[in-house]
Amino acid sequence: MATPKEMLTTWDKVQFGAVLPSFEDPERKIRSKFHSYNYTVADWRVEKPVFNRELCIDCDFCWVACPDSCFEVEEVVNKRGKKQAKIVGINYNLCKGCAVCVDVCPTPIKSLLMFPEYVDNDEALKQWPKKD
Amino acid sequence: MAERYELKQKEVWDGNMAAAHALRQAQVDVVAAYPITPSTPIVQNYAQFLADGYVDGEFVMVESEHSAMSACVGAAAAGGRVATATSSQGYALMVEVLYQASGMRLPIVMTVVNRALASPLNIHGDHADLYLGRDAGWIHVIANNPQEAYDMTLCAFRIAEDERVRLPVTTNQDGFLVSHTAQVVEPLQDEDAYKFIGEYKPLNPMLDTKNPVTYGAQTEEEWHFEHKANQHKALMESPEVIKEVFDEFEKLTGRKYNLVESYKLDDADIALVLMGSAYETAMLAVDKAREEGIKVGLLMPRVFRPFPYNEVAEKLKNVKAVAALDRSMPMGTTGALYNEVAGALAANGQSAIMTNYIYGLGGRDTTVEHILEVIKETNENAKAGKRVTPLQGFVNLRGPKLSFN
Repeated sequence: MATPKEMLTTWDKVQFGAVLPSFEDPERKIRSKFHSYNYTVADWRVEKPVFNRELCIDCDFCWVACPDSCFEVEEVVNKRGKKQAKIVGINYNLCKGCAVCVDVCPTPIKSLLMFPEYVDNDEALKQWPKKD
Repeated sequence: MAERYELKQKEVWDGNMAAAHALRQAQVDVVAAYPITPSTPIVQNYAQFLADGYVDGEFVMVESEHSAMSACVGAAAAGGRVATATSSQGYALMVEVLYQASGMRLPIVMTVVNRALASPLNIHGDHADLYLGRDAGWIHVIANNPQEAYDMTLCAFRIAEDERVRLPVTTNQDGFLVSHTAQVVEPLQDEDAYKFIGEYKPLNPMLDTKNPVTYGAQTEEEWHFEHKANQHKALMESPEVIKEVFDEFEKLTGRKYNLVESYKLDDADIALVLMGSAYETAMLAVDKAREEGIKVGLLMPRVFRPFPYNEVAEKLKNVKAVAALDRSMPMGTTGALYNEVAGALAANGQSAIMTNYIYGLGGRDTTVEHILEVIKETNENAKAGKRVTPLQGFVNLRGPKLSFN
């Protein structure tokens, strides 16, 4: 994971025309340092999404919508014997706090909510809205 | 495969037709353009060539010049040889994207026909648009007649696409005075011209889907300076490539072009510096002045950017007085050509007496007599050994004499 600071270089070594390649070796699919996978924007975050496993229905909408591939999944077999991706958590090294996941979450009480950065996750789960 | 266009040894072409034929011979992949007077015939002729099967390429109709240059940027990033044409207001609308093209190092060729900028509206030739694009990071090459418009456009592809340069190039010709003046042009045959320009070699093409790249990435304070310095270096070092291309072109055609053109400058006491069609008018004025015993010479930077300041200073080493003639209103200072030449002389410890003249705005006539007057005034400065004429004068301006000191 490279931060912009770690990628700093001099004028004679900058990428020609600021054209950034995705792969260092396209044949073997070796990602370049410019590939978004190797680049963190987590320091942009002012609010974080907190994930509530209790309410999650594993629709995977958040996993699809997340622009930074933050959602960690586990392969499980569901009741009907089919493979399914189970959401297990959020990788805060990748998350920039855009809140798209909260927006797409379809459960009646959202299983994802934004909390200030300083609030502990366990504390956040205690503050979760309850059913009336 | 494109049809071969039958060309005679000598053709009668205006500057627009000459530029259009050069684009055709380069077999440009994509031309995206929005026609504007006086460069309309370049676009029109090119479209005609394409419709008649003389070009294997795409002509993209767009809804504005901003879109035209944007489409050019896209096509060039995708990995094609790209060209366009514009003038004046269209050029002004393109400016935002001109910086994008040069920053992404896309070797686009733009055949510019120089025209005044409104307001008041004017369709005739002056260098307002050329000066507007001055800092856009493009190479600007000047052509004084249809033959040069043809030659410079061919050379422009070679310069732009050289791997040491990879920068966009404009070729500039004066609106109507060159673009619509039919003269004898000696073209190359299609195969010779294409051989000179060569096959296009794409660099980081976006259409290579196996190796995806990002164009137009954001660089903030940690990056921007380094990228711009890198680009500036390519421009500053491009004269080497330009010289090579001009040398090779001479071998092919016998027509010699230089970074800095001069006329009767070797024994001159005074010199005039100017660009464009007026350079040829000034040649006649120089001949007349020399009959009267005034030792005068001419100098023209063939490339306005990168400005060949050391070559200019070297050529002006022995002159006592220099008049720089700008075909654009500098609006609040001395003309750009004056500034460049004065800077070049100062940097080399030379102290010729410098004056500035503004001439020919909006296509105003500049005749041999007008330039003779400038020569005589400059000669007075040389004789006096100090500046006795105004710092900035105006040529062929109606009304009470206007000047600034």
